[in-house]
Amino acid sequence: MAITASEIKKFIQAAIPDATLTIEDLAGDGDHYAVHVISPAFASKSRIQQHQMVYEALGGRVGEQLHALSIKTSVPPVTPSLTIVESES
Amino acid sequence: MADQATLDLIQAYITENSVVLYMKGTAEMPQCGFSSIVVQLLTELEVPFKIVNVLNDPNIRNGIKKFSNWPTIPQLYIMGEFVGGCDIVKEMYQNGELQALLKSKQILAA
Repeated sequence: MAITASEIKKFIQAAIPDATLTIEDLAGDGDHYAVHVISPAFASKSRIQQHQMVYEALGGRVGEQLHALSIKTSVPPVTPSLTIVESES
Repeated sequence: MADQATLDLIQAYITENSVVLYMKGTAEMPQCGFSSIVVQLLTELEVPFKIVNVLNDPNIRNGIKKFSNWPTIPQLYIMGEFVGGCDIVKEMYQNGELQALLKSKQILAA
């Protein structure tokens, strides 16, 4: 019942299209993965809600088909050019 | 599927106890690496906590997933509020958020 890293990636990207993600197969057994998902969609969401979005993307496979998925979520840094406030001296 | 009685039981337990960890195994003998990590962190912070060993009761094991809308175990509750699973608790411990939360709830001395 193992699942491949590329399948996990596909599911997450289908549900969160603007996500950048890295995935690591921790044990090499198709059952223990660590995934880091970065998406602007996480802004203004709590950490729990962010992880729930990832779980939902995987449609009930976590805890069933997939025993262990370690999740880290982040919001991408805001492009500096958008945050620079010019001040006149 | 979890029945209402199970969900009520979970609600009562997290209402009556300040810090509750739903885990696999016991604090002395965790049966899963993720549960073990959360026990270690709480022990290190010297937080008094209650555990529920989900391996003892399939109703609770499935019920807690539905209750929290969270598919994995362990699950940590502080003052009746779901804090997260192993990844979130670890991240919060590392950046000091967990300690701050416990202090704000007066579970740890400020």
